[in-house]
Amino acid sequence: MSVIGSGGVEQTVADTEHETQPPAKPAKNRGAKNRDGLAGWLFMAPAFIIVVVFVLVPVVSALWVSVSDWSGKGSPVSANFVGLDNYQALLTKPGLAQRDLGTALRNNIYYVILVVPLQTVLALVLAIVLNRRRLKGKGFFRSAFYFPSVTSSVAISIVFLFLFNASGVVNAILAWFGINGPNWFADPRGVGHIILGAFGMDTDNPPSWLTDHDFLGLTWWQWWSGPSVAMCAIIALAIWTTAGTFMLLFLAALQDIPEDVEEAAQMDGTTAWQRFKAVTLPGLKPTLFLVITLGLIGTWQVFDQIYVMSKGGPAKTTVTPAYLSYQTSFLGGKWGQGAAIAFILFAIIVVFSMIQRYVMRDRKTLAKRRRIATWESKK
Amino acid sequence: MSTALSGRPIAGPVEPPTGTAKKVRRWGWVIYLVLIFFALIYLYPFLIQIGTSFKTDADATANPLNPIPQVWTVEAYRSLRSADFPLWFMNSVIVTLFVTVGRVFFDSLAGYALARLHFAGRTAMAALFIGIMAVPAVVLLIPKYLVLVQLGIYNTYLGMIIPLVADAAGVFIMRQFFINIPLEVEESARLDGASAFRTFWSVVLPMARPAVITLTILSFQGSWNELAHFIVSRSDPNLNTLTSGVATLVSGSLGSGNQFPLKMAAALLMTIPVAIVFFIFQRYFVRGASGGAVKG
Repeated sequence: MSVIGSGGVEQTVADTEHETQPPAKPAKNRGAKNRDGLAGWLFMAPAFIIVVVFVLVPVVSALWVSVSDWSGKGSPVSANFVGLDNYQALLTKPGLAQRDLGTALRNNIYYVILVVPLQTVLALVLAIVLNRRRLKGKGFFRSAFYFPSVTSSVAISIVFLFLFNASGVVNAILAWFGINGPNWFADPRGVGHIILGAFGMDTDNPPSWLTDHDFLGLTWWQWWSGPSVAMCAIIALAIWTTAGTFMLLFLAALQDIPEDVEEAAQMDGTTAWQRFKAVTLPGLKPTLFLVITLGLIGTWQVFDQIYVMSKGGPAKTTVTPAYLSYQTSFLGGKWGQGAAIAFILFAIIVVFSMIQRYVMRDRKTLAKRRRIATWESKK
Repeated sequence: MSTALSGRPIAGPVEPPTGTAKKVRRWGWVIYLVLIFFALIYLYPFLIQIGTSFKTDADATANPLNPIPQVWTVEAYRSLRSADFPLWFMNSVIVTLFVTVGRVFFDSLAGYALARLHFAGRTAMAALFIGIMAVPAVVLLIPKYLVLVQLGIYNTYLGMIIPLVADAAGVFIMRQFFINIPLEVEESARLDGASAFRTFWSVVLPMARPAVITLTILSFQGSWNELAHFIVSRSDPNLNTLTSGVATLVSGSLGSGNQFPLKMAAALLMTIPVAIVFFIFQRYFVRGASGGAVKG
């Protein structure tokens, strides 16, 4: 079992970013170097210009719009500076804008809490099952699981609208088990409330300690709602579509785990679960972190599916910050507020990326320490 | 097709049937059961999609589970043809073509410069592109619209194409590949007096074929499936692409509306080009997925 203690594959995203340093050039090559300088800029120019004009400039101008009262007409430059009014309306001032943002955040939080763990586990299970050496039809299964990730989100959304419609496939299957399926996309009931109701709670008159306190315009009772039934269908779609991509990442990582370690462990008469915990899981850790981070970043951006499937309904229970930002500006004409929502969303995503950076760094030093400890103990 | 697999005996290890080997064999069955269960979950929706597109509206609602139509009809496809669908398809083809060609060319150029050319500000440039990759696409919806309007290319093909013709992730995929090509090859070309572009175009780029194919496929798939950009870069119905156009087919009905055969047919037709590319170039997709992840 001593092999198992070692650090495993310590490869992180940052490691792949190694730069090959240009070899020191002899003096007579200076002419070539100058030529390189011009060529370098010429080569970079198209991509650079596009990135500056369509990413950098937009971000700066949106930052300006988010502190202005621009109405969508005329140049944003001529709009009035209103300070942090838009942000205050969203975050601190009680009202519709604040309640909408609160609702969007709540919806997205439940979406993230369900999608990220479930798609990660599904991807991991599929990868482990597919990683067995003697497996018939490996390529077939891999393609089947991966295919939804490469197809259009619009096309997939439409298929799921059909699967989950009131007289659709999902309800037909539920009927086999005697369950009367809901009218998914028209059902704003929160799953959290349904569960409490099932335990005999009167959900029409929730206790006052839950309704008396509120945060971001929603009462505690409203925060507790859980994802709506409609959102559950979208959650199912997200898990189903994305798991395939992450499965590929896990498969690549599994192939990096040396087989002899696995075999040695097998010889020791360990159970499959013990081997998984002691050999496979530590080797997968970097990929696991990567998948979770990519999942977090992706799930906070959900837009296409909402746009196609529900437009935020029923009763705003599928509105997400990304969709709210679009709706507020493009449909509601409140461009300043819409841009402010976009930046709040940006901040959320940045925070998650930074947490991931922090955890990864911490984990790396831990692994190093663990490796040293094993080394010491072997001596 | 998947059921055929379940009947086959599992190729177990050839070792004597000790306790472990038996266990492995028993697990083998479970593994195939799991696989077939998930294969059904992943493939059945597509079967239903295909079948439903050939059904009548009533049949689609009455027998959602049965992928085989009671009466075969191509009514859905016929109504798509008389609707704006061919126009959307054309627009998607035009946009995808220009975006893909542009993206492969510009990303390769920039990737090569970042990997090999020594110019002042290269490190800053690389940092800029890494920073750009961190900006989430949905955050850019409003600002991109602002810029397109300011430039006067809102509601034009130009506005739909140009913002997509270079992307930071693609630049890094190419850069990573160029870094790993041995220096000697191009150095001899440079010593022969070939210009940087000449060296890039006729020596380095041909060697980068796998990376170019990967990027081509990712760009094709990305722009064919793109929705958000076509929502904010145009409002003219004549400029609808497949994604934005088909999305309007659905809106308002909230899933409880009907015309499912029509919607399934539209979804199916827009999936086919990507599906063909996927089945031909599968291994490049796989490489792209891991390459895209490296960008983190």
